This record gives sequence, structure tokens and C-alpha cells, in this order.
Amino acid sequence: MLSVTTRSAAETAALGRRLGELLQPGDFVALTGELGAGKTQFARGVALGLAVDPAQPVTSPTYTLMNVYHGRCPFYHFDLYRLAGDDDAAELGFSEYFHGDGVCLVEWAERLISEMPAERLTVSFHHAGDDLRRIEFAASGDRYRELANTLFDRR
Amino acid sequence: MLVLAIESSCDETAAAVVRDGREILSSVVYSQVAVHAEYGGVVPEIASRRHLEAIVPVISEALAKGSVALADIEGIAVTQGPGLVGALLVGISTAKALAYARRLPLVGIHHIEGHLLAVLLEHQVEFPFIALAVSGGHTHIYRVDGFARYVTLGQTLDDAAGEAFDKVAKLLGLSYPGGMEIDRLAVSGDPRAVRFPRPLLHDGTFNFSFSGLKTAVLNHLRQYPVPPTGVRLNDICASFQTAVCEILTHKACAAAAATGIGRVVVAGGVACNSGLRRAMSELAVTAGLELHFPSPGLCSDNAAMIAVPGDFYLEHRITSNRELDALPTWPLDTMATRLKGA
Repeated sequence: MLSVTTRSAAETAALGRRLGELLQPGDFVALTGELGAGKTQFARGVALGLAVDPAQPVTSPTYTLMNVYHGRCPFYHFDLYRLAGDDDAAELGFSEYFHGDGVCLVEWAERLISEMPAERLTVSFHHAGDDLRRIEFAASGDRYRELANTLFDRR
Repeated sequence: MLVLAIESSCDETAAAVVRDGREILSSVVYSQVAVHAEYGGVVPEIASRRHLEAIVPVISEALAKGSVALADIEGIAVTQGPGLVGALLVGISTAKALAYARRLPLVGIHHIEGHLLAVLLEHQVEFPFIALAVSGGHTHIYRVDGFARYVTLGQTLDDAAGEAFDKVAKLLGLSYPGGMEIDRLAVSGDPRAVRFPRPLLHDGTFNFSFSGLKTAVLNHLRQYPVPPTGVRLNDICASFQTAVCEILTHKACAAAAATGIGRVVVAGGVACNSGLRRAMSELAVTAGLELHFPSPGLCSDNAAMIAVPGDFYLEHRITSNRELDALPTWPLDTMATRLKGA
């Protein structure tokens, strides 16, 4: 488990951006953590790293469940906050996007854990006092271990 | 024209019969909010199934309440997007089947277009006007130059205002959906008790940001060992609501001033919020603006509002063909392309 502490929303977004720059089509990133922990800030950074037009606002997909952006590859931004159960998420057909032509990033991934690809990068966000956030990276699968190592080597 | 309108883009299954885009003969809304509250959130399978179960009874009831037969209907308008595909498809499939069976013209409508024009069901409002559209999924300011002619002036860069209300309500331990509960408790609270930030208030744009405000509430709550109750809870609700309303009203009035358009319409579910109605009314008086709110029943999702643009398009023979499909994302500014060749 690799961990880093950010001191502001901007730092959290910058960390997301560095990850975004390394992501490739088919990659899957799961975000977990409480309200206000920085998940959407991080997602905004990932979008920038994927060369999504900075003028395009990366808004919360809480009500839409998913927003799509077009950077150097499609960026599928999911948010499962409004979902109640784990089993019913299959009804949304989310898995059709996984392993596809773009990058998938899922906020509130803990609500869909049984549907997640086994190989993925899981990023968990924790409040660490005031504006401090502890952000942990857990990689499963060779591709994601390499990704996490590259991300931390670059820091 | 006598139009049957159908709406199923989110939590409501709704149908309405409206004459000439102005006179509501009936408007029936079946809400799933209570169903979702039971589960603490949306269960997509249940949501789509409930729409499916409700759609035909809701349409039958709309026809019966309007004292019209299906044979009297001259055109059909249905919400085509944006929204959840599974939910949208229930309304769209039903509308297509009815249109095909009765050989009626059919047009797909943008959900937000309905919200912006709902006010015309109750008031004479001249174009152009500035519209502040605020709901769970939207916080946008538009310039409305006429039917199908909408220009986005600003929007939220992160959370929508309604979403901020619901998420702060969750932080405060209030029941789902929490926006109305905050409004209710805010009435007895002191809006100056906690000084929450007003993000982007004076940035010179018409954009919004509510994510930082949500985090400010969270940081405030973390200073205390126990969740707020009583007076302290009311004060936080009042302080938070005042911050949101101040930002919304300031930006709407700034858009009116910058465009020289003296008419403002506030639409969408959050337009029901009593604090927003009061703050907007006060500021409109000071700024000398003509202000319109739809009545609460027309602010929340309904089908009557879909009939307003629906009637316009159908009268101008702007229709959708049988390939009409759900559009989960659909920029409102592109609506003007429909006017070409009409």
C-alpha cells in the first residue's frame, strides 16, 4: 500500500493529474472515501491528465451516475453515491464500459465492489484534519502495480 | 394543439394534457422519492421497474382528469434527455407506441428546456429572459432568447446546488431527500451563526462551485464531538442555506445586469426552496428586475412543462422520427439547430 498526504484540494487534483497522464484505455480506477474527502477533485485532475479540455467543467456525476469526457481517449466518470445496493448496479450495464476503449473511474466504488474488475487501482481518501487528506493506493494485477510504482517514482 | 406530454427522466413518472402549450387540462406526477427513501438511495432496477409499472396508469389518469380521449390528442411530446437511459426509455417507448398507433406527430424534448419554459403555463413572460435553473443535477444560468434559443452563460464547475443541499443534509444526519429538511430547519435558525464561504461569488463569471462549501460544513462539524441538534442544527442549516442562496441570487442578478436583460426566471426543484424565493425576491426589488417563479408543483419534475416547448415544435412541424432515442447527455445550446428549415 502506497500512501501520500495532500494539503489542499489543488494538491489532490495535481496528484490525480499525474495519474491521469499515465492511464491507458481499458484502465480501471476505483475511488472510495467519505463525503468531501477529495474524490471529485482527484477525478478532475485525472481528466486533465487525460488531456480533456481544461475549459470543460468536470462536474459531479452524482445525479447523472456517469459523465463521459473526450481527451486522448474516452474518460468515463462514474459516481455510485445515489445507489443503494451492490447487486442492482448490474442493471445499469456499467460493466459494458469496463475493459473498453476508455479509462473508467468510479467514485463510491465501495457500493459496487462485487462488480469491479479484479485487477484495478483502488484509491482511498481519508480525512486527516482540516484540509489534509491521506490518499492510499492499492494495486491488484501487474498492470496496476507497475502504474502505482511509476506514479510514486515520479513524485 | 392538444398535446399529451410524458416525462420519466429521473425519479418521477409523469403525464399531462396541455392545450396550446399554455392551458393545463391535467398533470399527473407519480414520485419514487418515497420508494428511494426506503432504500436510502436509488436502486436502478427498482427505479426502471417503477417507471414501467406507473407509466400506463399515469397516462390514463392524465387523460381521464383532462376529460379527453386518446383520440382527441393531436401530438405527443416526451422527455428525450438528459437523464438515466433506463428511465428515459420507459417514457420514450410508450410515447413512440402511442404515436405510431394513433398516427400522431411526436417530438423529443430536453428536460431542462421544459423547466425553463414551465413559467409560461402560469405567467406571460416576454423573451428574452435570464433563467437560473437549479436542481439536483443542474445549476446553470441561461439567456433564453426564445423557444429553442438558449445560451449557457454559466454553470456549476463541480456539484449542483440541489446536490449540495442533499449531501450537506446527509452530513447533518437528516433524512433523504434532505434539501427540504434543511429549508424547514433553516426557518428557525440564525443565518449569521456560522460564516460559511461563498465560493466564486466575485470571480466575474456566471459559474458556481459548491463542493468547497460542502467541505466547509464538514470541517465545521468536525470541530464538535457530537452531531448537531436543536438550535445549533437550525443555525447550521440557516447559515448554509443563506450561503447557497446568496451565491445563486448574486450570480443571477449579475447575469441580468451584464446582458441588460431585466427579466429573471428561477426554475427547477431548488426553486421550491423558501430561502431562495425570499432572497431572490428581495434582490429583484433592489435591482429593479422582473422576477418569475413557477409555482412549486411546476418547479419539481412534471410533464406539463414538457408540453410547452412540445407544443411549439409540433406547431412548427419540428418532429422526431421513429429512431428517437434517449440522450443521457444533451447540451441545451444545440437546440437552435432544430429551427433550421422550420
